[in-house]
Amino acid sequence: MGEIFKVAIIGSGPAGMSAASRAAQLGLSHVLLEKTDHLSDTIFKYQKGKHVMATPSQLVLRSDQEFDAGKREDILDKWNGRTAELGVNVMYNADVKAIKGTGEAIAGSVQKIVSRARDGSTTTTELQRFAPPYAITLTNGETVMAENVVLAIGTQGNPNLMRCPGGDLPHVTYQLDDPYAVLDQHIVVIGTGDAGIENARGLVEDPAQGNTVTILNRSPKSTNVRESFATAKEPNAKALIEDDAAGKLTIRYETETKSVEPGWITLSTRDGEERIRCDRIIARIGSAPPRAFVEGCGIEFASSDRLAFPTLSPQFESTAPGIFVIGALAGYPLIKHCMNQGYDVVEFINGNKDLKPADEPLLEAKFAGLPGRRSVNEWLEFLRSNVTILEGMTTLQLREFMLDSEARAYKKGDVIFEKNDPGSSLFAIASGGVNVRLDPNDPSKIVPIPSGSIFGEVGLISGRKRGATIVAAEDTVCVEISRNAALKLQSQVPTAKRAIERISTERQILQMFGSGLTPADITEVVDGSKIVQVRAGDPIIKEGDDDRDIYVIRVGSMIVEKEVGGKPVFLSYLPAGSYVGEMAVIDGGTRTATVRAAIKSEVIRIDGKAFRRVLAAKPALLDRARKEMEVRRATNAFIETKKDTFSGVVDLYSEQAKFLVSQGLGEATDVLLIDERLCVGCDNCEKACADSHDGLSRLDREAGKSFANLHVPTSCRHCEHPHCMADCPPNAIQRGPDGEVKINDTCIGCGNCQRNCPYGVIRMDKVPPKKPSLLSWLFFGAGPGPGEPPYKWSKKNTKYTGDPVIDEALDRKKAIKCDMCSGIEGGPSCVRACPTGAAIRVSPDEFLTVARLENEGA
Amino acid sequence: MASTANKPVSGKKTGSSRQRQNTHEGFLTHRNMYWAKLSAALALVLTLLYIFVPLPGTHFGSSWLGYTLGTIGALLILWLTMLGMRKRAITPGRWSLKAWTSAHVYLGLLVTVVGTLHSGFEFGWNVHTLAWALMLLVVGSGVFGIWVYATLPRALSANRYDEEGAITEKQMIEALRSLDRQIHDAAQPLDAQAATLVGQSLDQDPFGGTIWNRVTGNYPNCATRHAINELRALRATRQRTKDDLLSRIDAQLTRKESMLERLRQHLKLKSWLQAWLYVHVPVTFALIAALSAHVVSVFFYW
Repeated sequence: MGEIFKVAIIGSGPAGMSAASRAAQLGLSHVLLEKTDHLSDTIFKYQKGKHVMATPSQLVLRSDQEFDAGKREDILDKWNGRTAELGVNVMYNADVKAIKGTGEAIAGSVQKIVSRARDGSTTTTELQRFAPPYAITLTNGETVMAENVVLAIGTQGNPNLMRCPGGDLPHVTYQLDDPYAVLDQHIVVIGTGDAGIENARGLVEDPAQGNTVTILNRSPKSTNVRESFATAKEPNAKALIEDDAAGKLTIRYETETKSVEPGWITLSTRDGEERIRCDRIIARIGSAPPRAFVEGCGIEFASSDRLAFPTLSPQFESTAPGIFVIGALAGYPLIKHCMNQGYDVVEFINGNKDLKPADEPLLEAKFAGLPGRRSVNEWLEFLRSNVTILEGMTTLQLREFMLDSEARAYKKGDVIFEKNDPGSSLFAIASGGVNVRLDPNDPSKIVPIPSGSIFGEVGLISGRKRGATIVAAEDTVCVEISRNAALKLQSQVPTAKRAIERISTERQILQMFGSGLTPADITEVVDGSKIVQVRAGDPIIKEGDDDRDIYVIRVGSMIVEKEVGGKPVFLSYLPAGSYVGEMAVIDGGTRTATVRAAIKSEVIRIDGKAFRRVLAAKPALLDRARKEMEVRRATNAFIETKKDTFSGVVDLYSEQAKFLVSQGLGEATDVLLIDERLCVGCDNCEKACADSHDGLSRLDREAGKSFANLHVPTSCRHCEHPHCMADCPPNAIQRGPDGEVKINDTCIGCGNCQRNCPYGVIRMDKVPPKKPSLLSWLFFGAGPGPGEPPYKWSKKNTKYTGDPVIDEALDRKKAIKCDMCSGIEGGPSCVRACPTGAAIRVSPDEFLTVARLENEGA
Repeated sequence: MASTANKPVSGKKTGSSRQRQNTHEGFLTHRNMYWAKLSAALALVLTLLYIFVPLPGTHFGSSWLGYTLGTIGALLILWLTMLGMRKRAITPGRWSLKAWTSAHVYLGLLVTVVGTLHSGFEFGWNVHTLAWALMLLVVGSGVFGIWVYATLPRALSANRYDEEGAITEKQMIEALRSLDRQIHDAAQPLDAQAATLVGQSLDQDPFGGTIWNRVTGNYPNCATRHAINELRALRATRQRTKDDLLSRIDAQLTRKESMLERLRQHLKLKSWLQAWLYVHVPVTFALIAALSAHVVSVFFYW
């Protein structure tokens, strides 16, 4: 054991590298530990020539390293050059296994680690923290000593390892660099995700390689590719099955590894154990987030939530004294943030305590429009002390939180949002107060919400349109919290999560019955309620049961089915915000229908008895509930009579509804549906789409599934909680004023949204050059005509300038998806341009109604 | 069983001027057949006018009613031609191509009435009657088009379904390619005679053939069918073995043939959906030319 470094930096990504560069510049004794043999592995692994963006553009870069938008290669070259120039002490191939203090045990500082097993049970282990200096153990057995540790390892994690006996043998590998270099071997690929499939297919692509490849799949064989290969892309899975059919390789279903020995592998299959030849194992079984490792260092996370980040001081210090966490692992995925943090954290370690964070000017701008001249710190303190849900936040969290949020001031009487506006943000009132307008025509019917509380939570949770109009009751300052910031807040601050849940439950129950109830009336009901997660397809109410609970759908949607003549018949579709189950509470008796989740959903379960007591005290409410029930009774009766006379039609209607739900309508807000009985296949919808959007079509008419003459083409469904939004580094995907999910110009072309969309509606492409006008095509045949120009034409007509910066911009691919023709008068072009009326865009609750049965059926 | 807590407020606009529709409504029944009713009413009124308004017996076209009918007819024809522009000019605005199609169909039918009344039933071997005849040809092809649009989409849709659901044209082609690959691999050990037969099937382009083949869906020179028949004949003369290679290839070729059959049916229906336009559109331009000649000539030479 040699020198004790002042600071050891783990991970050489933008954050770690910037930190090490600062340390080198300051002349601090330091070491930069990198797992691989090159710097910045995440960016190194980007595809060749990928354009890396520098967002947020208004943020000033504060680092000893340069960084500007550009090609992956150029950026890496600059970083490598500068790192050498600064004389950064880099240790490559240094994979850290553990970090442990070597000083005295810190009294009272015990880290509780909760680990969750597959079956859902948890075990808690306690870890005593020790004071610095830290001993950093590497996988190669070496140990590095340092007073301070900067953890900048990102969130990529490590591949999951094989756990069966023999899993640590040298021929068990976790990646395959060049499949064509492997010759004449018996190879077993474990895992049928995309990585596994691509490896397996690569190994047998050229029969001359002479490889015998077996790929193991835990799932059973099924005609439905999606079932047997749930984690792979469909074309990949299909190609694999084809290779299997052609005898190129072997897929073994329902098979797992039992043990490994040199030259052989033992498999456990449905029919018992089997031992086969095996010279090499490639295990592609996913990767584990680095959380377990981080916790093992004595670093506490804010909550047990999967999305939670470590608890940090304003200077990025974790709960283990002397260990700092920066970069993506600390919750900052953008390169610029990371580099700034690296700089700041080393400055702090070096004793510079007065350095203002680099985001100071951004926050200044956020608060600039507000009344009262306060400094950024005063504003942050003001928000923290006045808004209940922000109380538990640290300054660092609050700063980050405010970057994603907006502070807004309203004059008395200003409308903050209107009923049916789209919006998924949450509002918190810092001072003043607002009124909820219950009746759009009667401004006197209001419910006040006081300072410190929140509103807009329904939009946040359900992703549906706003349920009521909100007006400022006096001069008011609010924080508008974006959905992402609100989710982060809930995972970081458990008390905030509980507060939001309670308020939303209370409001949702109040909203169910309009103005007849006050929060005081339903305290008991709210206290007894529980938020329950429901998996897709699982029932919350079963026909014939005699339970008495009421359910409010918080997230997702449900379908109601009734058994008629031995078959489940679709009755209705319930979007988030609906409630269900009150019939049995009011009238007694058994459940008259089954309610199951259309997609993964969340419901509030309310105790029926407590609710019955509330209703008993309010006869007027009971009356109204009864009247609403009558309507639904009539629907049920209608379906049953139809079933007697037109059973085929009801079956079809029912099957069609199920098909649509399976196509993602359960989470859609607006979906393109084509009636195949009207569609003549002219593709004018696609042409119209291309011609309204830079010449690129965002829909593929023919692709997509069909059932009973109803076709769901490959086109955006504008999901309630869009999968594409989940992981967009520049936050370029937003919901627009009409509920459309739209990608703006800040797209960096990373392709995350394309990978995250389960419906395959996002494409990555570059914008083709402008076409000649329609008239010059009609009269003179100029240009390629209406619709998306062919690739060849685009290529030929792209006007390259010879200036690499401009040419690169011309060739840059960006994510392209349907924006519902946002901002175009008249609405979606695909629908307007359909000559026969085959194409319509609808929301599922408009389309999946019994009215449809009446129109279609008889 | 359940209800929505927040009922949607109808008629609420949020920024865009989009018209919402909840169900599919075809161009023939658009707006409760508004254009059909309007056209029928106009046809009736114009016919009654023609019958009851006293006008000179000869040269009806130059009477005030004749001029009116002629002007209406000519303008209608020009407007009907504009559908081609409307379809391709995706401008912003609250237009719907379906509404245009509906109007095009019914007003197009009305043109026959307008044009015929305008003629005053005087026909001869001249450019005037030529224009009238071309008009009938255009409308006639249009009527055929309506029939095609109203019936073939169902057949097209039905042809795409099998037990596993609907497949697209692309998937049909992919399935054929995949079968071809399998056949190619399986056929390697075959003798020269059989291999030639299989090779012919593999080499034939599924999109080949004449226009006649395409529109009839009849391919008498199908190499796959030929190969199946010949291989079966060959098999009959050879000794049977267990796991017979020829029978395996026969099964694959049969699958290919049925997929080919489906693709050909698909292409046939698709070509019919377009074929009528190859009459409708060029004759429209001929009509406009004849119409111009007619208009110019009546003004100068009548």
